[in-house]
Parts: sequence; structure tokens; C-alpha cells
Amino acid sequence: MSTIVNPEDSSGLPLDVAGSNEPAAWAKAPPPTSPGQRVVRWTNNGILTFIVVLIALIWSVPTFGLFVASFRPASATQSSGWWNGLVPPWNFTIENYQQVLRAQDMGQAFINSLIISIPGTIIPVFVAAFAAYAFAWMKFPGRDWIFLTIVALLVVPIQMTLIPILGIFTAAGITGSFLAIWLAHTAFGLPFAIYLLRSFFGALPSDLFESATIDGASHLRIFSRILLPLAVPALASLIIFQFMWVWNDLLVALIFLGGSPERAPMPVTIANLVNSFGSNYEVLTAAAFISMALPLLVFFSLQRYFVRGILAGSVKG
Amino acid sequence: MATTLYTRANRPKSSGERWARRGGALVPWLWIAPAILFVAIFLLYPVINTIWLSLLNFDSSAFAGLTNYRRIFTDPRMLLVLRNNLLWLVVGTVATVFLGLVIAVLVDRVRIESIAKSAIFIPMAISFVGAGVIWRFVYQYAPPGQAQTGLLNAFVTNFGVQPQAWLINPTINNFALITVYVWMWTGFCMVILSAALKGVPAEILEAARVDGASEVRIFFRIIVPMIAPTIAVVATTMIINLLKIFDIVYVMTGGNFRTNVVAVEYYQQQFNFGNFGLSSALAVLLLIAIIPIMLYNIRRFRQQEAQR
Repeated sequence: MSTIVNPEDSSGLPLDVAGSNEPAAWAKAPPPTSPGQRVVRWTNNGILTFIVVLIALIWSVPTFGLFVASFRPASATQSSGWWNGLVPPWNFTIENYQQVLRAQDMGQAFINSLIISIPGTIIPVFVAAFAAYAFAWMKFPGRDWIFLTIVALLVVPIQMTLIPILGIFTAAGITGSFLAIWLAHTAFGLPFAIYLLRSFFGALPSDLFESATIDGASHLRIFSRILLPLAVPALASLIIFQFMWVWNDLLVALIFLGGSPERAPMPVTIANLVNSFGSNYEVLTAAAFISMALPLLVFFSLQRYFVRGILAGSVKG
Repeated sequence: MATTLYTRANRPKSSGERWARRGGALVPWLWIAPAILFVAIFLLYPVINTIWLSLLNFDSSAFAGLTNYRRIFTDPRMLLVLRNNLLWLVVGTVATVFLGLVIAVLVDRVRIESIAKSAIFIPMAISFVGAGVIWRFVYQYAPPGQAQTGLLNAFVTNFGVQPQAWLINPTINNFALITVYVWMWTGFCMVILSAALKGVPAEILEAARVDGASEVRIFFRIIVPMIAPTIAVVATTMIINLLKIFDIVYVMTGGNFRTNVVAVEYYQQQFNFGNFGLSSALAVLLLIAIIPIMLYNIRRFRQQEAQR
């Protein structure tokens, strides 16, 4: 198994602070002692790679099918399976994409999606980080029960909250504004964010805080100078999840921005497009890819942190 | 100084504990105040409202006691909904966590780790509308003899099997829907579990290998116990997700063909049938179902704290 690589370098791996987190060279086996053993290891590794490739392919086939279908003309998609499009004579078209991009307001919808998603991601992550710090490293009466209640609220189906919240927004006069949807996404994202960050913060070793205490540092200083830098991987992962959820959200936008089409984000505009095109879901194939582009970009650019991060619950137990 | 329930008088205070007790009694409340405010207004208030509505009749005009709850546990339509939700809960949680863990262990040992991880994670970036279209291309059904445009039917008819109506046949449609969920969420489990795997010390594994332990034994006796806390976090998140599963069922079958689940039934009772009492009782059931899971988590956090 000498060919095993561990792409994680140990430098700057924040979780090393937790003591038990050696850089993961964990698949390193004792050196092969005979040529025979080396062959066995090499074969094993080949089989392993084959299995991994197979799993990755199975996982990708449905999406790949959509990708191929998005470049086929409507008539072809309706009469034959997408895989027939891979066989010559090829008959690809970009008409589906043109139809989506030509649609009115698609550019505005993209900007609206950004206006909604960026604060809709940053606000809950910050509010959750403060709360998670207190839940993990301060003691106060009722702490565990308050924490338990917040996390239990994860199970609340969003549909259940829509009517009461709409009542509150109408009373406050902010229905249909960006502020309303930021507040809603913050509230809906908080329980998971607090749960994840508290797991992460709670797993950090107490020695870290000890020395800071001796120096007389305030909570705020510890939080911003020690905790946040250490939590970058966890925060990055949380940001990706929250961004994806807000970006792809249709229901919340439909309810709280339903009355103001000029502020509609992409999922709403795409849903309208599909309705106006009836059941021609070739349009949807292209639309699905267009709306997927940005979350994937965020994922790939932050993947570095992602893979290292989120030691939710941690190895410390 | 805020006194607490958790201090054990006979135990010398650890540095963490001394740290935790710094500052005034008011300080912690300031830190959690924004979160509490959001959660209280946007989640807790609707929940309390719903609990109250669940005790009233269908248009909330009279007190109904536990009538709505009695109906949930006697009406065959509701019992089917409960059965389906249980199926989702068990199969969905076991499949996502197990596959996530196995894939995380496998990709950790190959060169193409990051590509493989991306392939499995990509479905998370897709909206439910997009996923609905993708899986329509997989499950689409045409009568025998016609060209099959669905991938799965094209595949099985190649082997002489009759094409199946995957989303309509009640013996398989629930599993077909759960498969979509597993496809979307295994990546989430894999990413988090994979991060935990990186923290398992290499020396321990090497020592086990030198002692001649098989890889399977190492997996069950060393890796699984060491990352158990992370498995608990992932499993908890999946259980909660699956209890309130909505989008996949709503987009793909609309709850028809005996595939309905609690959150979709809630939506239909509330917005289509206008039975606020019954819909609210369904939602309250979800809240009750989550209590044992939360108690387990609290116990876990207290153990973690005791070990600091």
C-alpha cells in the first residue's frame, strides 16, 4: 500500500491543536518485505481504486444524463433516452440554454439570488458562532436545556412556520422586502449552524483558553483572536451548506417575496418559466444546470477547507 | 458568578471549568441573545401556536381535546403516512450514514480521493426541482414494447425484465424515493465523516496492522469507535432531516400512490383541505419524536465536557 497518498498536508491543520489529531498518514503500512507482498498490495490498491471509480460513476450517471439531455432538442428527449444522444449522428443544440437565458428577468433574478444568499448566509453563521461559543465554553443555568430546545427546533417543518411569520412580517410592514427573507433564512439556518459549531467548539482543548485567561483576555478577544481562526474550516463548511440551501430555496422565496416579482430569485423565475412552458421540461434541464453553477463554484473553491474541516463532534468524544 | 447544576463539588476544577465560570452572570446571555431572539420569534412562536391549534377542531372554532391525535392513530390514511415516515427514517438514516462512512474510508486510500469526493458531493448542490428532473430521466416508464426513455427501465428491459412503474408500484415506490434522498445526502455524511477519519492517529492503525489485525477488524474495532461522536452528529442530522422529509416526495409523487409522509400530509391538510387541527397534530408528532434523540445528544455533550 505504499502508493497510498494522503493529500492532506499537516501544515496549518487547525485541529492539530486538539492533540490527538496527527496529520492523517494513517493508511501508511509497514514497508513491504518481499516482492510477493508488494504485488499483493499493488493489486489490492488497484481493486480499491476500481471500486471507488465505480461508485463515483454510479453517483454521476443521473446528473450526466441531465447534462446530455440539456443539449438535446425537445423532440429527441421525448422520443428516446438521453444515452441515444451520445451515439452519432450527434444532434446537439444550445437552444434550451438560450430559451432560459433569453427569458425576461433572468439576469435580474441572478442578482436577486446573490442579494438574498450572501446576507442569508453570513448573518446566521455569525449569530450562530456567538451562541455556540457561549453554549460550549460558558456556564449558566438552563444552558443545556436552552441548547436542546434550539436544536430540537431543527425538526420543525418550514411549512409550519410560514403563516405565523407572514403575520409578523405584515404587522411589521416588511413583507416582500429583502429584509424579510434575510431574517427568515437566518432563523431557519440557526439551529443546524448552532448544533454544528457547538460540536466543533466544544471539542477544542481547554488549555487553549487557560493561557488566555491568565493573560486576562476578554471573551470577545478570545473569540475573535483564538476561536475564529481555529474554526475557519468549520465555518467554511457551514458557509457552503447554508449558501447552497439559501441559493436553492424555492418555498421561502415564494411565500415571502411572492408579491414582488422584481425581487424574485432564480428558483422562482425558473419555476415560473416552467409553468409558462407547460410540461416541456427540456427547459428545466438547462435551467437546473444554470442555477447549479454558482453553488458548485463555491464548493470547488472552498473544497480545501471542506475536506479538512467540519470535525463536528470531533475525535475527542 | 452563575452557579450551575453541573459542578461536582468533590471534583477538583479543571482549567476548562475555571475558564467557563469567568465573567459576570449576565455575560453568557448577551452572547446567546441574538440567536434566542431569532429562534423564539420565527420557530418557537409558530410551534406553540401549532401545539394550541392541534387541540382545536378543523377550523379552530372549538376545543377538541385529543381528537386529532386519536384520528392520526386510527385513520388508515394516517397510519400509512406514519408507516412510510418510519420506513424513510430507518432506511434513509442507515443507508446514508453507512454508505457515507464506507465511501469515506475507501476514498481515503486512493489517489483520486478529491475527484471521487466531488462526484459524490455534487448532488447536494442541486436544487430539489433539478433533482426531480434528473430522477424523472431515471425512473420514467413506458409500456412494454415501446422505447424506454427512463434509464432504469432501459437497463432492466435489456435483461428481459418487464419495465416497472418505479414511482407508482406501491411495493417499490417508497424505496425509489428514498434512493433519491440517499443519492443527495450521502455526500454530506461522507464529507463530515471523512474529516473525522483524518483525525484518527496513524500510529494506532499501524500498531494494529503490525499485530496482524485485518482491515475489517481495524474498521470495526478502531476506526468506528474513534469517530463515534462524529457518527452520532451525522446520524442525528439525518434523523431530523428524514423526520420532516418533504421536497422529494412532494416533487416526485405529490404523496400519491401510497408514498405520503408526515410533512407532505401536513401541507395538504393545512393548505388543501383546511384541517388546521389535524395538520397541527401531525406537526406536533414530529416534535415529540425528536425528544429521545435530543436527550441522547445532551448526554453525549455532558460526557464530552467531563473529559475536558
